[in-house]
Amino acid sequence: MKAKVHVTLKNGVLDPQGKAIGHALESLGFNGVGDVRQGKFIELDLDESDPDKARARVGEMCEKLLANTVIENYSIDLEG
Amino acid sequence: MKTAVIVFPGSNCDRDAAVALEAAFGTAPAMIWHRDNTLPNLDLILLPGGFSYGDYLRSGAIAARSPVLRAVKEQADRGVPVIGICNGFQVLTESGLLPGVLMRNAGLKYVCRDVDLVVESTASPFMRGYKAGQRITVPVAHHDGNYFADDATLDRLEGDGRVAFRYAAHDNPNGSARNIAGILNERGNVLGMMPHPERAIDPKHCGTDGKAMFTGLVEALAA
Repeated sequence: MKAKVHVTLKNGVLDPQGKAIGHALESLGFNGVGDVRQGKFIELDLDESDPDKARARVGEMCEKLLANTVIENYSIDLEG
Repeated sequence: MKTAVIVFPGSNCDRDAAVALEAAFGTAPAMIWHRDNTLPNLDLILLPGGFSYGDYLRSGAIAARSPVLRAVKEQADRGVPVIGICNGFQVLTESGLLPGVLMRNAGLKYVCRDVDLVVESTASPFMRGYKAGQRITVPVAHHDGNYFADDATLDRLEGDGRVAFRYAAHDNPNGSARNIAGILNERGNVLGMMPHPERAIDPKHCGTDGKAMFTGLVEALAA
């Protein structure tokens, strides 16, 4: 089973990299882009076939390492 | 007195830290490799600056989960003074020994220059050599030094006198919340700071304001 983890900055946490990307898009002529937020994408191959167990295990990984929950949220998608 | 510098793959201020400790304490610190999971009984532990594990995932994140950090935590829990400088500060926040997080500098650039600091709290062994309100000049060199915590945490840090150093109001190099440059844990035996006192201990360094931290520690630990 594959787990896809998205780690994103919490609302209210300043994201200067996202801002810089927004400015660069604007300078390339892409108008109409509002707020830009940058995050991380982590893909994990798991030897687990039970989705509930997989979700619990990956959740623990996020809490302990993959995300810093002071400033980041995470979401988990399972495939296969 | 026995001191130690923890060395991670990618640490690069470990030697500077060792020189500063030896100059003050008179004996060379033990250099402890990150894979060691036991530590001798120590009087002071220093987590040096650098780019441990290449700053992979987040600055300090991997080092904070390394075997040696479990041993560092045990000693910190027993009251052994632990100081994390620059990347060492990032490791301390990632490991939960200190609250908050060091984010990318607000200006997005790596900043390497002298900064003016204000000594805030002197209620810890690290600050013995300084006076509250004193201004000192010490270099910073970092990309991720923008201290962030929620308002409740920041209020608590300030209310409990746990802000050790602030950047002078005109000289915040990274966008840190409330100009915070260094903080203490609740017990006052763990200090994390972004500026590098070990790079300001010799007249050839263009400044010696960092020296008092190490000589003060010798005094405080001997007392």
